[in-house]
Amino acid sequence: MTALLEVRDLLVRFGPVRAVDGVSFELPRGPYGLGLVGESGSGKSTVGRAIVRLGPTAGGDVLFDGDDVLQLRGPGLKKYRRAVQIVFQDPDNSLDPRMKIGTTIAEVLTAHGIVARRQVAGRVRELLQEVALDPAFSSRFPHQLSGGQRQRVAIARALAVGPRALVLDEPTSALDVTAQARILAMIQRLRDEHELAYLLITHNLAVVSELCEATVVLYLGKVAESGPTRELLAHPAHPYTKALRSAVPEVKADARTSRIPLTGEPPSAASVPPGCVFHPRCPIAVDRCRREIPALRIVGPGRKAACHRAEEVLGGIDLRQPAATAHGGGPA
Amino acid sequence: MSLLEISDLRICFGTRPVVELERLEVDRAEIVGLAGESGSGKSMTTMAVLGLAATVGARVEGSVRFDGQELIGLPQRVLQGIRGRRIAMIFQSPAMAFNPVFRVGQIFLSALELHGAASRGEATERATTALRSVYLAPDLLDRYPSQLSGGQLQRISIAIALALRCDLLIADEPTSALDVTVQGDVLELLRALRDDKKIGILFISHDLAVVAELCDRIAIMRKGRVVEAGPTDRVIGQPQDAYTRELLAAVPAIKLAGVSS
Repeated sequence: MTALLEVRDLLVRFGPVRAVDGVSFELPRGPYGLGLVGESGSGKSTVGRAIVRLGPTAGGDVLFDGDDVLQLRGPGLKKYRRAVQIVFQDPDNSLDPRMKIGTTIAEVLTAHGIVARRQVAGRVRELLQEVALDPAFSSRFPHQLSGGQRQRVAIARALAVGPRALVLDEPTSALDVTAQARILAMIQRLRDEHELAYLLITHNLAVVSELCEATVVLYLGKVAESGPTRELLAHPAHPYTKALRSAVPEVKADARTSRIPLTGEPPSAASVPPGCVFHPRCPIAVDRCRREIPALRIVGPGRKAACHRAEEVLGGIDLRQPAATAHGGGPA
Repeated sequence: MSLLEISDLRICFGTRPVVELERLEVDRAEIVGLAGESGSGKSMTTMAVLGLAATVGARVEGSVRFDGQELIGLPQRVLQGIRGRRIAMIFQSPAMAFNPVFRVGQIFLSALELHGAASRGEATERATTALRSVYLAPDLLDRYPSQLSGGQLQRISIAIALALRCDLLIADEPTSALDVTVQGDVLELLRALRDDKKIGILFISHDLAVVAELCDRIAIMRKGRVVEAGPTDRVIGQPQDAYTRELLAAVPAIKLAGVSS
């Protein structure tokens, strides 16, 4: 069976900056969670916006059920928007402060003609119940709700059109841990009940390990590594994944791994280094990495990595050592 | 005697108490974590320590002793000699803590001149040294805040605290807005301040995982009260309070079950 959503060689440019540079991945049919992980500026949100046609694209394809999403117009695009919805990080900016919760959700139902007018109020109530909110919230304004409750409203609004896939862009980053835990549990429940597929965009590796079967790691607009989440986190094939993994704080002392420091600041897409984009911060970069862009290649079952030394990283090479001697560091 | 001793602190808006803190201490060369959800009173507590609670309309009763001196009730003029110079603070959003129209160097130097550097020459020297100890190049001083990343600005905040030679650093969610790899660097800097400069640090965060990794002792706050406090290993390992357990259970952890090692 083909994937529900396929992103092929996606390119997004802002002026001369290639914010997303040749990103490819597949989102299988639901119930399924795919994580898109990266730090600020990695291009993860830009990918999410391009998929739902909220941002510009300069090249590549997005296929939904075989249809070319980037060419859709008019009724075709409207139909696609019913199939794929997005939930943003900050519900304060995505909910109209002057609109009551009920009106916000009802607007979607009417705009897309989901139910007959006289059934709208009833459907709004059902949707609020579905995200575990009191239907009485229908008559409240966003500011009368907590951040977690507002995010539930945003999710209810996305569910209103009966989507097959969701793009969740950092849905819990603005919430504190207890609210986050409840939203994550709810996403898991909804995904099974509605057979939803979702692309979960986050910087939090712990969140993808709980909610996503597979994960794509982005670095500076390119895929660094992709594969089944737990294998990828247990045995990263890319030094960046390994460093990212080691930086995640853990409550339990025995779960902590010794941190692999990355030198330098996260780079900017405005000045992309030659060769491997990660080489200026990579603890095991060799000359080849400074010259030759590594292809995203298969490194194991279901796994791909864009690293010349992926096999050594998978084999457990020590990244806390300065530039390794295995490949020599001689002049090119 | 601890460096900072808070006792029977009560902060009210009108008649409504938002913080009722029986006891919280921070010693020299120690990092104490104050953890809790939004609205639990963590940040109000720091405002009271700095004598700033009145600026947001709150009334403060009780005792905040710093290095033996009672801070509650001190006139602002006297407080200004302590705040900034001996007690420094870094905030969650470094971009908001820097005035965008001044170069970072001007902000840095005027802080030093305001708080005791003898001359511009001495201030420049102290700034340069402090920047090196947070692994930043001194030429960053010529840039505007918007030209620096969040991680760089947060390190500059720490450098200012260092250059002021503060005794106590209050850090309010200093890494919550940063990427996880940058967060790691900032946490390491804070450890270095504790170990090398013997600075006492009050670390405010809602992220128990960060608190657990960094702090020597933890106080868990809920609705203005400390529900549990103690050495980190004890609070994390054998939480006594139901709320602490709930908070710990909510922290997402990387799950690797079912993967062969």
